[in-house]
Amino acid sequence: MTADTDAHEAAHTATPLVTTLKALATGTAHPRTPGAARTPCGCGTTLLADRPDATVLRHAGTVVKAHAPGTDRSALTGRLTVAARLPDVFLPPLATTAVPLGDRLATSWPYGAPVDPEDPDAAPWEAAAALLARLHRTPAPPGLPPMRGPAKAARAVALLRAARTTPAPAARAVLAAWAALPAWARAEAPMPEPGALCHGDLHLGQLVRHPAPDGPWRLIDVDDLGTGAPAWDLARPAAWYACGLLPPDEWTRFLTAYRRHGGPAVPADGDPWAALDVPARALTVQTAARVLTKALAADRPLDEVEQAMVDACARMPSVPPGPAPGSPD
Amino acid sequence: MQCPKCHAPMHTYNRNGVQIEQCSGCRGIFLDYGELEALTRLESQWSQPAPPPPAAPQAYPAAPAAPAWGAPHGGHHGGHGHHGHHRHKSFGHMLFSS
Repeated sequence: MTADTDAHEAAHTATPLVTTLKALATGTAHPRTPGAARTPCGCGTTLLADRPDATVLRHAGTVVKAHAPGTDRSALTGRLTVAARLPDVFLPPLATTAVPLGDRLATSWPYGAPVDPEDPDAAPWEAAAALLARLHRTPAPPGLPPMRGPAKAARAVALLRAARTTPAPAARAVLAAWAALPAWARAEAPMPEPGALCHGDLHLGQLVRHPAPDGPWRLIDVDDLGTGAPAWDLARPAAWYACGLLPPDEWTRFLTAYRRHGGPAVPADGDPWAALDVPARALTVQTAARVLTKALAADRPLDEVEQAMVDACARMPSVPPGPAPGSPD
Repeated sequence: MQCPKCHAPMHTYNRNGVQIEQCSGCRGIFLDYGELEALTRLESQWSQPAPPPPAAPQAYPAAPAAPAWGAPHGGHHGGHGHHGHHRHKSFGHMLFSS
């Protein structure tokens, strides 16, 4: 537990939610036989995330997550069931029912080892692409709610609107790029048919190796899973590449692996941007809105990487969404 | 990207794997370094049926397609070595969050 006993030791930030989550994690990690006394275990407890929309805590080999306030219970159960039925795509939950903790719902998972943010060369682009291709080719179970990607982008834009006190040019550029997107990408109309089973919020924090430390890569975080436009799951790497954050060879590795595994979100060859353009714009806008909202709250300028996302938004209105680059006109 | 002559927006097209920027106003065409050579090569391949692929100009591999709203130094202008300085900063910072 050496790496875990760092500044995130849960005991130091024991909000009531963290305290109850810790009890849930400890009880799940060390199930007691009836009548036996509880003995202190000595394992460390690590707070992995504590955000308004999620608190995640690890104890020994168990991870527990308190989902966002207002999470719909039956939708979450449907999403957990998908993850449990696709153990070669998702990290399977320890149970497919969520536990109520006050006004929150909590779920339990085995621990998986995450991607190292300090080691870009070790990022599992091929594995991520293969998992997405497999997910997108899986028929969606009936009754699963829509993938929440567009809704999350809309929320990021709404938060920027609320945070904006003075008319800053950067915020205007982001809002104008958002306004130019088709209604489905703004969560104001249903997504195009036929949809596929989608993760809904893919980034490199959504992959873990299980069993840790060198088991196969699996997807985590089912909160946004659902049916929708599968290109959305490719659109964050696409947006990073378009904005100059991801080198061309890494983008090529990801895209090529997705195609090799028969992923249906883009044509098997030729230009993928007809399918990627709208979702990649939406995720660029979402990211720009988030970083701007944070920068406004902290009253600080954007850094170079954040500025690259805003600059891309500013260029979008001069290139209307529609015929993709590579099409004749 | 804006046209250096008339400042209208330039749109990116793919011609036989070569990325070309064309101005939507004056229809002028902008070629990156090496793209004229790539087009010339394609033209000569068109006129001679079975050309042996020339091995010499390896320094400018075809970059994958990218949208015209992307970063001027990113995407289709790749291969010029401009990516490194964004990479480490953006990797841990941007590629791990929603």
